[in-house]
Amino acid sequence: MIEYKLTNKRKIMFRKPMTFMERIYLPAVLKGMAITLSHLFKKKATIQYPEQKRPMSEVFRGLHILKRDEQGAERCTACGLCALACPAEAITMTAAERKPEEKKLYREEKYASVYEINMLRCIFCGLCEEACPKAAIFLQNDVMAPASFEREDFIYGKDRLVEPLKLN
Amino acid sequence: MENLLKVTIDGKSIEVPPGTTILQAARQLGGNYPPAMCYYSSLKDTGGKCRVCLVKVAQTSETNPRPMPKLVASCLTRVEQGMVVENQSSPEVLEARNGVVEFLLINHPLDCPVCDQAGECDLQNLSYEHGTEGTRYEEQRREFNKIDIGPYVQLHMTRCILCYRCVYAAEQLTDSRVHGVLNRGDVSEISTYIQNAIDKDFSGNIIDVCPVGALTDKTYRFKQRVWFSKPFNAHRSCAKCSGQTIAWMKGDAIIRITARKNAFGEVEDFICNECRFEHKQLSDWTIEGPRDMGEDSVISANKYELPVISPAVNVDAKFVSE
Repeated sequence: MIEYKLTNKRKIMFRKPMTFMERIYLPAVLKGMAITLSHLFKKKATIQYPEQKRPMSEVFRGLHILKRDEQGAERCTACGLCALACPAEAITMTAAERKPEEKKLYREEKYASVYEINMLRCIFCGLCEEACPKAAIFLQNDVMAPASFEREDFIYGKDRLVEPLKLN
Repeated sequence: MENLLKVTIDGKSIEVPPGTTILQAARQLGGNYPPAMCYYSSLKDTGGKCRVCLVKVAQTSETNPRPMPKLVASCLTRVEQGMVVENQSSPEVLEARNGVVEFLLINHPLDCPVCDQAGECDLQNLSYEHGTEGTRYEEQRREFNKIDIGPYVQLHMTRCILCYRCVYAAEQLTDSRVHGVLNRGDVSEISTYIQNAIDKDFSGNIIDVCPVGALTDKTYRFKQRVWFSKPFNAHRSCAKCSGQTIAWMKGDAIIRITARKNAFGEVEDFICNECRFEHKQLSDWTIEGPRDMGEDSVISANKYELPVISPAVNVDAKFVSE
């Protein structure tokens, strides 16, 4: 067997033998129990998340939303500036032309027939919000992208991004 | 060649043959040449309409050292021996140009997010360089309905800046022109008079010569923003034209065919309608390679180049044996 030695600066460590009090372990166990017990009466560091929520910042950047205008028409016109600004290349879209009977649904003559954001790619920087000339996309300050086991669940289409219609 | 004329533009001198305009001389010099919205070097009689290319002539000629009394349109003014021209160096020119851009934008709608031309629009580039952020115009803008002229071309008259390029292109490239500018002044508009179809061969080139999004390709309408499609030089053997085009690809699909444009944004070789509109299959074309659109074009954005990995990796024999 070959002995591997990196340097000659090896220091021989010496460990003291345990005393009797240390060998019976009981004082150490009791000391630990006392610390545990004291924490029961202290303020909790955690919260019960889904029921309780921490206050969030006003400028928190969470899940995206595609806004509608006052008449309930979608503001997005699929200009592609959000996708261009996106540093993570998370946004893709397909444009379509509005038909005359769809005038109430879409604000401009062009709209996004497909609009997808990959939330796994997204870094929530908010550059899409800044780039949008139509004030259509915003990052909500109170909603986060929920966790999931499937990768497909993180590709958000228009069904989950567009603001729900307000029913008066 | 003893009769070359010496002209100085922004302090740089160049010798050009007689008959050359100031704009052509400036383009030969390179650098900051005057912009042009209506002048098109390959179409006769174009120019003098948009007033964007105004320059100051500080010295008319060697024999006549007086400056010209007003700013002149550089696309129509011919150079003279010893002429001294101020383009970017004259604050007067820049102020006039800013004013012209403001006038061009008076009736131009702010629908770049919808317009298919956005990203390769001359007016967009021009207003980015010379325009102001806001508008002072409060009156009603001109409004027109969009018209389908023929099966391939759509006319958005609201976006038109009345440069007349398409009229000259149709006059000089196609068999007979069926569209023109109707009416005068504020109400003038590009029209076919009675919903006539533009279906003459080579008429598709009016899309390429249009500096704004007034004439757009119907087969490309809302297909993709230009900066998400990738331009490739492509060619095919065509009996009618050179067949030298740019194929705009999205994935493996050709979504648009346009003519190749030079550094001044002018078409090198006009292409026929068949090449432009009817061959959208990858098998119809020979792809030569990616086209360089220039560093400052938005079309070049987000097109990262792959790192070149040499296939022959140098492996040391010593490591292999161990």
